[in-house]
Amino acid sequence: MNFNLKIWRQKNSSTPGKFVDYSVKDIAEDTSFLEMLDILNEELIAKNEEPVAFDHDCREGICGMCSLHISGEPHGPKRKVTACQLFMRSFKDGESITVEPWRAEPFPVIKDCIVDRSAFDRIIQAGGFVSASTGSAPDGNAIPIPKKDADLAMDAASCIGCGACVAACKNSSAMLFVAAKVSHLAHLPQGKVERKERVLNMVAQMDKEGFGSCSNTYACEAECPKGISVAHIGFLNKEYLKASLS
Amino acid sequence: MGWFLRFLTSSVGQKFIQGFTGFFLISFLLVHLAGNLQLLNPNVEVAKESFNKYSEFMSTSMIIRILEIGLVLGFFFHILVGTVLYFRNRATRPIAYGDRRPSKNSSWSSRAMMLTGSLIFVFVVIHLINFFVKARFQGETDMYTLVKAAFTDPLLSSFYIFAMIILGFHLNHGFQSAFQTFGLLGKKYEKFIKGFGTTFAIVISLAFAIIPVFFLIGLGGK
Repeated sequence: MNFNLKIWRQKNSSTPGKFVDYSVKDIAEDTSFLEMLDILNEELIAKNEEPVAFDHDCREGICGMCSLHISGEPHGPKRKVTACQLFMRSFKDGESITVEPWRAEPFPVIKDCIVDRSAFDRIIQAGGFVSASTGSAPDGNAIPIPKKDADLAMDAASCIGCGACVAACKNSSAMLFVAAKVSHLAHLPQGKVERKERVLNMVAQMDKEGFGSCSNTYACEAECPKGISVAHIGFLNKEYLKASLS
Repeated sequence: MGWFLRFLTSSVGQKFIQGFTGFFLISFLLVHLAGNLQLLNPNVEVAKESFNKYSEFMSTSMIIRILEIGLVLGFFFHILVGTVLYFRNRATRPIAYGDRRPSKNSSWSSRAMMLTGSLIFVFVVIHLINFFVKARFQGETDMYTLVKAAFTDPLLSSFYIFAMIILGFHLNHGFQSAFQTFGLLGKKYEKFIKGFGTTFAIVISLAFAIIPVFFLIGLGGK
């Protein structure tokens, strides 16, 4: 398969970037999107050109490192996959594909398609944790948790923090990310101790980082590679109201 | 007071303001519609008498005067917070995407709330000049004849009908969005609330739009 690529190139955070056209030829349909970029980069290196910088790590769809906005959508046109699990058979032969970084003020571009997502780390540091004594691993069944709560917490915990929600949202809102983290811990007994401070501090940090607010367009849920439900955002709102009132 | 200000200035708190004022304005729409439907009485004489009586009550009653203050505040905060959020949200993406396909992940009515809201604002101003100002400040008592005269004008009628369609889109997103904001869009009711919201938006906008159509096709008498 052949593709025309329009890729965002930017030297560093202080230099303005621009789109550059590339073409790749004879790509097997089972090539992943990132492997296709690897092939392009090898050609660029052979030509003594600077390869395209993009984030990646596990290439199994579980780490949340890939952050490419492909053909107008975060992680490309397929639902519930990260860019590494997107395969070239999802595109038409000869198709023009635009590849660019997440666009949001709190996610500044470091180079080409790599953005700095430290803002998410700072939100987690503000409250996305439980304080527990360290030591040997506790018994798995020491704390009974109702199945319903465990399921809700597990669904929320499947957030890999990739930032597709921010990238998809017209307001660059991080509400789905924060909601998933708050909901995950609030549904578990271990998270109850810091429950109130957690939601207040995480929302405050989210606002401080400069993410937008939620208009309930639900674009985040549609683009989330883990399919995290916007119901968690409703839960976050209630949780925030309750914490504010108590 | 500190916690209250913190709540209201947070991104979550401002959603609550939008949802709360939105619901309040929806309740006003229902009352307003109920009053207006008197215009549709096919017996022109009866319609004229009842509507003029109702208009007189609305422009002179003390209770309405007090409720009016609440309504103005409701509009004010809904518009203020909506506008502030719109500009703040826009600023979060200084460099636009080269290729963005929002229709693949969200509905038009959910993305166009600022556009539909602004059009509704323009409509409300024109609407107030057309009717409210005349009844409340210029001592007009025959509101029925005034409405009839306005709506037999095809241009003005078309504008009203267009505005009501826009209102429908605004309500379609706004109704279920308020439930989502309050965390009430649980799994059990999600389908019902979304369906009800869309039906509600269509019914309300159609019911209002029928009034200019009614006069335009001459059902309100010559």
